[in-house]
Parts: sequence; structure tokens; C-alpha cells
Amino acid sequence: MAVRELTCISCPLGCPLQVEVDGQGAVVAVTGNTCRRGEDYGRREVTAPMRTITSTVRVEGGTGPVVSVRTKGEVPKGKISAVMEAIRQTRVQAPVRLGDLLAEDIAGTGVGLMATRTVERREE
Amino acid sequence: MNQSYDLVVIGGGPAGLAAAIAAREAGLADILILEREKELGGILNQCIHNGFGLHTFKEELTGPEYAARYIERARALDIPCRLSATVVDLQREAEGLAVTAVSRQEGLSVIKARTVILAMGCRERPRGALNIPGTRPAGVFSAGTAQRLVNLEGWLPGKRVVILGSGDIGLIMARRMTLEGAKVLCVAELMPYSGGLKRNIVQCLQDYDIPLKLSHTVVDIQGRERVEGVTLARVGEDLKPIPGTEETFACDTLLLSVGLLPENELSKAVGVELSPVTGGPKVNESLETGVPGVFACGNVLHVHDLVDYVSEEAAEAGRRAADYVLAGGQRTSQGEIPLTPAGAVRYTVPCAVDPSRMAGDLLVRFRVGRNLRRAVVTARAGDRVLLRRPRPVMAPGEMEQITLKKDWLTGGEREIVIEAREEKEEA
Repeated sequence: MAVRELTCISCPLGCPLQVEVDGQGAVVAVTGNTCRRGEDYGRREVTAPMRTITSTVRVEGGTGPVVSVRTKGEVPKGKISAVMEAIRQTRVQAPVRLGDLLAEDIAGTGVGLMATRTVERREE
Repeated sequence: MNQSYDLVVIGGGPAGLAAAIAAREAGLADILILEREKELGGILNQCIHNGFGLHTFKEELTGPEYAARYIERARALDIPCRLSATVVDLQREAEGLAVTAVSRQEGLSVIKARTVILAMGCRERPRGALNIPGTRPAGVFSAGTAQRLVNLEGWLPGKRVVILGSGDIGLIMARRMTLEGAKVLCVAELMPYSGGLKRNIVQCLQDYDIPLKLSHTVVDIQGRERVEGVTLARVGEDLKPIPGTEETFACDTLLLSVGLLPENELSKAVGVELSPVTGGPKVNESLETGVPGVFACGNVLHVHDLVDYVSEEAAEAGRRAADYVLAGGQRTSQGEIPLTPAGAVRYTVPCAVDPSRMAGDLLVRFRVGRNLRRAVVTARAGDRVLLRRPRPVMAPGEMEQITLKKDWLTGGEREIVIEAREEKEEA
């Protein structure tokens, strides 16, 4: 039995969690949470942590040089650097609209990459 | 061009947008938003990280997405906006207010307003306010400037970075610059606790093994043309550096995330009284300042932790401004009861309440000045306890709120004391 101390990040309350894990790495109990989401977070964070990645992608011919993006869903925490490398190599042509899918499957995660704002085409 | 409005909203960020939208939805037709930048959305445009809107929309948005929802709503309601228009003066007139704005297109213009909502937001505390010794090389940025450079202008301002101050923008930028390939050596925080949200400590520092050095500050910056190193030292309880604890980090960049200051030059110009604690206007239950018809909301009023609360507060200011105009400036008055902070409570917004003007239950927001465990928040009027609520944890980085119910107040109260303390401190 081991107990991992975590801070829940499901919401701004930041409850202190204690996640009890057995010898096989399976979660036995989550305590310290004040809602169901806290328990889910505690279980997942110990077994398979996930993160939403936000960054920017270079835009060609736009009113700004970059467009902000995010992964449409969460990706495994261990895949963050692979996702960032794929984002760095992505280029788009203006105009880009909020919600546009810039990659369907970023770095083999099965998760799409989405523009989070609109960048218009630059008038020549 | 029309130069007279029922309501002029100064600032087109999250507060100004929510205020204008709510005022229009409350029946006010004649509204103008003045925005200094060339687009609406304010600081949200450079806050590309997620975590916005959980409270308002029950989903997790990035800053630009959150802004877009309000910008679209304002467009749908056809609320006029002037962009690239900077307000330089605000004055009282015999009737109403005069807003002086400058823009490249129109030059100087004076706009008459029956009411004004102050929604100018806040600014970062600059290096000059910190008394950091050392030379003045390039490579010292506020965290927000670095955020703008990286997220809007596409530049990485440095490769080896030390961050002073653990405010949320500094934490967010520690992660952002790491993801962009920079090495963030550490975040130094003068206080024994972080001023940032817990989830940012976890997701921005712990995820990337960036050390948080509490009770540390910068005692020297090296380099002539460009930053070459930063020396940190541990501080004592008096917050003064302890000799012999110095540690030097070779780096090319120092980011400062050392606090936000409400931007109230215009408020001062029109004669609004400011709170020495928040740096923002003193307002009553209607979020109205001491100058009739001038309302305030968002970070110009007090620095918020979450934009969701900015939107909520601003919408209330918008409704109250609309009520003011629609009632022809006539209002009931029963006299204002001051709200007095006590214990760990540093301030409250509002800082006074006129029970006859309460629209219903009144949300009172406040912050505490230190970390509390097993805390109790109370609201008392004389010997009468209006509210007593336990809070397991309270932290200075997080805004707190309580609700005062209209029927708790008779109007005869001399003051309402809002207090937070640990249970063990209770007599």
C-alpha cells in the first residue's frame, strides 16, 4: 500500500487528495476530494494522467504571425513533447477560423488540433 | 457620428463586454464600448491556455475562445464599439459625464454619457516598483509582456529563464516557455506561499519539474547588454535577504510576475475614491462608485482570480447602470451600511450596502491575506451573526465570496463585519 498526495485540478478549489494505491498500482481509495470529479481525477492522475495542450501555430499570409491552438481533447501526459514537436512543424495559410481543425490526429494521439481564434488574411 | 450615449463602457475586455451585454439585455439601447486595442477581448487574446469558463459555460475554454463568446454576443446585439480609441480623460459635467477619447481616425473627441462603466482592467507591477539591484540589461520582461511576445507576436524572448514571483501569469509562462523549448530554471517567490492558483502550481511547475523557491528573491542581476545571470537569496520572516544564502543562476532572461495593479488613472480624474487595499474604486451594492452614474467592474475594481467572476460581476454592473438610466437617475436611499473586513479578510467588494437598493441577495467578494486551514467565515451586525460558514482551506491567491440575504438586513445596522479566521483562533 502506498499513498500519493495530489492537488486536484478539476476546478479552482484545488482540494488536497490522498490516493491509496495497492502493490499492483491499482487505486484502492481516494480521499480529501469534495466532489465526484475529484475522485475521478485522483484515480486517473495515478493510473493514466492526461492533459490538454495549448500552443501556437505559424500562419502564412495572416494579420498576425501565429494562431493559438489546442488539442481538441486531452492527450497522455507522456506524449506532451511529441505533440509540441508536431505543433512546431504545422503551418497554416490564412484565413484560419476559430474551430478549424489544423490536424486530425496530432502525433499519433488520435486527438485533433484546433484553432482557438480567427486570423484573417492580410490585405496586400 | 453620435457623441452622446446613455452608457459608455471604457474597455472592451471581458468586463466591458459582459457589462455592455447585460445592460443591453436589461433594456438599455444606447450603449458605446471604447477599446484601446484594435480588437475586442482584452488580455484574453494572449491567454491562450485553457481553464476559462468552467463556471460560466461548464466547459473548459482557452482565453480567445472565452472572449469570442462575448464578442459574438455583443455583435448579435449590435452594440457599437470604437476600436483603437484610447480614453484620456473623464470628467463630471452639470448633467452626466464627459469622456474624452483619442483615435487615429477621429482625433480627439468628447463623448457625453449619462453613465460610465469603468472596465479598464489592471497592469503588471513593473521592475521599477521592486528595487532590484544590478545593472539594466535587456532580457528583463514582465510575464505578461513575454506572454504577448510568445502568443501573439511569435517570438521567444529567451532560452534560459528565471521567474520572480509566482503569480498566475508567471506560472503559466513557466510552462509556456518550457513547451517552446526554453529552460526555466526556477520560480522564486518572496512570500512563504504562492499567490497563484493551485492548479497552476501543479500543471505548470510540477508537471515540468520546475522548482518553486518560496521565501526567495532576486538580489542581483548580472550582464551589461543582456542578462547573463540572476542571483537569488533566501529571505527571513522580515522578507529581507539572508546573507550567505545567495545562489547564482546563469540565464539570459528574468520574467517578473509580481502582482497586478488596477488601472485607475481615469477613475482618479473623475474624482472616484479608491480603496488603499485593492487600488480600485470603493463601490456600493450597485457596484457604483462615489461619483453618481460611474460604475466599476472587473480587474479595475479589484484583481480577480477567474475571468468567470469578472463576467458575473460586470454583468451586475451593466444591469445596475441600466437601472440607473431607466429610472432617470432617481433611486431609493435608506443610507449605506459599511462592510468592514476583519481577521484575515483584507477587503470586501462592495464596501457598503444600502439595503433598499439590494436587488435581492448580495454577493460579497473578498480575499484573505494569509493561508488559513479549518477556517470560519462570519458576517455579523453588532451581536447578531448573519452568516457563519466553515471553509476547509483559504488562500490569498483565491477570491472568496459570501451571499448576504436581503431579509437579513433591517437597515438599522451600523456596520456589517465580514471576518475570516481559523477555528482554533475562535474564542
